[in-house]
Amino acid sequence: MGSDMKESKIEVPDAPFRPGEVSSFESWTWEPGDLSKPEATTCTYDETAHLANGLVRVLDDKGEASGEWDPDLDPEVLRLGLEHMVRLRIFDDRMMKMQRTGLLSFYMRSLGEEAVAIAQTMALNQDDWIFPTYRQPGAQFVRGRDMVSMICHCIGNEEDNIKGRQMPVHYSYRDGRFISISSPVGTQFSQAVGVALASKHKGLDEVTITWIGDGASAEGDYHYALNFASVYNAPVILNLVNNQWAISTHANFATGKGNFATRGLPYGLASIRVDGNDFLALYSVTKWARERASAGLGATHIEVLTYRAGAHSSSDDPSRYRPGDEHTKWPGGDPVLRLKDHLIKIGEWSDKRQDDLESRMDSEVVDAYKEAVKYGDLANGPYPSSDTIFTEVYEEIPWHLKEQHDQMMEE
Amino acid sequence: MPNMNMIQALNSALDIMLDRDRDVIIFGEDVGYFGGVFRTTDGLQERHGDHRVFDTPLSEGGIAATAFGMGLNGLRPVVEIQFADYIFPAYDQIVNEMAKIRHRSGGEFWSPVTLRTPAGGGIRGGHHHSQSPESQFTHTPGLKVVYCSTPYNAKGLLISSIECNDPVIFFEPKRCYRGPFYGDPHKVPTWADHPEAEVPEEHYSIQLGKARLATEGDSCTVIAWGAMVHVCEKAIEESGVSCDLIDLQSLVPWDKDAITKSVEKTGRCVIVHEAPKTSGFGAEMAASVQERCFYMLESPIERVTGWDTPFPHTTEWDYMPGPTRIAAAIHRTQED
Repeated sequence: MGSDMKESKIEVPDAPFRPGEVSSFESWTWEPGDLSKPEATTCTYDETAHLANGLVRVLDDKGEASGEWDPDLDPEVLRLGLEHMVRLRIFDDRMMKMQRTGLLSFYMRSLGEEAVAIAQTMALNQDDWIFPTYRQPGAQFVRGRDMVSMICHCIGNEEDNIKGRQMPVHYSYRDGRFISISSPVGTQFSQAVGVALASKHKGLDEVTITWIGDGASAEGDYHYALNFASVYNAPVILNLVNNQWAISTHANFATGKGNFATRGLPYGLASIRVDGNDFLALYSVTKWARERASAGLGATHIEVLTYRAGAHSSSDDPSRYRPGDEHTKWPGGDPVLRLKDHLIKIGEWSDKRQDDLESRMDSEVVDAYKEAVKYGDLANGPYPSSDTIFTEVYEEIPWHLKEQHDQMMEE
Repeated sequence: MPNMNMIQALNSALDIMLDRDRDVIIFGEDVGYFGGVFRTTDGLQERHGDHRVFDTPLSEGGIAATAFGMGLNGLRPVVEIQFADYIFPAYDQIVNEMAKIRHRSGGEFWSPVTLRTPAGGGIRGGHHHSQSPESQFTHTPGLKVVYCSTPYNAKGLLISSIECNDPVIFFEPKRCYRGPFYGDPHKVPTWADHPEAEVPEEHYSIQLGKARLATEGDSCTVIAWGAMVHVCEKAIEESGVSCDLIDLQSLVPWDKDAITKSVEKTGRCVIVHEAPKTSGFGAEMAASVQERCFYMLESPIERVTGWDTPFPHTTEWDYMPGPTRIAAAIHRTQED
């Protein structure tokens, strides 16, 4: 058995750096101010080609904001963005500790990507729809979700609003129009187009935002989304978060050649690549995409260029497949520090205020955690009642589920 | 009361629901301008506008995902998958998304999609225009699975499916679109003069989960759905045995009362479907009948099904259960 060939000619890509090697990313050739900002409500998709081939930046390496894409935000908005990012990072650290001590079954941090969901959600209207992946929980803080309820979900205790049915980080928050997260990667991307079309059918000025990873962009759902969004001119913002890694699979396996952003152009979609660690740039491109969608010009495809600084999840050990310090070499730096430095630079913040913010967030998280475990922890419960296995499978419980429920209670 | 074939009855159901509920929206491959390859949506775009009834890219996964998203945001999409054989690119969206959203979100979100799809053989469709994949959906909690068999139940069941707030997979036996099928490919009648083709013009519904007693008898219970209902009718006639013929109509949830009542009366049971035998829905029926009626059974439960092979083209009549095979099974149940 087996072919008798001398040498296989299959060409398999590799990650740029592996454990034991020194990561060195070339610095970006695009500086803030390099790329013009077309008029969102009139430009054609091909007038965005320079944005897809380039990289929209607002903050430079010294914390200065410049260029046409500077959203010129009130410092109050910037401070709120910083607060949410710090809140998320401290929250993530606490949840990770809970996981390590057996208080959560599993966890996924947003480390290094905190700006993505927070800046982008802040750039939207309150009644716009959010269709996230597990790497955008930060949007919930922007929409005002109570942290205790988030922790109760992660524990899967009696107060978990989804009744212990999904793994941690699979939030659902209807009041914030934050749609239930699903594990199969990419499915939400094409669904978001449907959500957006429903808003359009109802004649409402609502935009839907969704995200997908570089890895999941190889799924059919990504291409369904771009095509359907283009065909029906859907008011949707399609973000591809290129954080370089899908567990151990490098982005080189999701695209053979070229960047991700330009993939939107042949579908006829306005396409932009943005520095995903630059709060101002993210806010600005999202606002632009929202204006465009709201004006009836349809979807924008955005590659959010960033780096997954942490492990994929609590079950992952990235030191097995990439240099341990690679994230420190990322040209985009740390999104939290960059916004902080900018605020200090413009005289609207200080190290002292940062320290105060961090300790305030720390207490907020600790208080929330202490309250959440009152409703039950993973080791000891109480858990949602076993009846909840059978409810909400259908709108009404059909006879065969009633029968199985009764059988479970008897046994 | 007008006589309608199954296509007209389905069209009438869609037309009525488009009129009654602005949130009903219909789309799929070829369903808009052209009116569908089987003509089921004929005239609907003209009557209700191309924003309510429209064509889609050839993308079953995209159709299912878009419908799902619309359903999450308050619409009631009714989509067509042109052949059930082509539903599999949408399988992930149906099984992992539509079926689970209500449960996984703690009831915060749901999506009332109806997914219509022509299924079953008998039209010389070969491997990929003939399959009957109902058991690939009955095995997924969260979905309702419906299989119509006549113009009358097609309309009533489709209206109920659209009005249902759970996702429904609605199978249409394409062999019966224009006439009941009695197992003889050389003698295919139309629906004209058939009592089940008397279809009211107006809105009516048939409760999901309820079976239909197609013929009544004492000596054997025959359970079938889709086109096989009519083939069984012929088989019962040829067998000369007095049988209850139960047209299941809904597979999930199925009508346990109708079936237990009948088997308790007859003590014998034959289950018939076109789909392959192994892990077919007939296996579920056989197991359930044995669980519920074991002490009433006078003979082993029989299954007459398609073979565990791909669906053939020119030899499809050797594949599909016909009156002779079914009558033989009925006779076996009558042996002591």
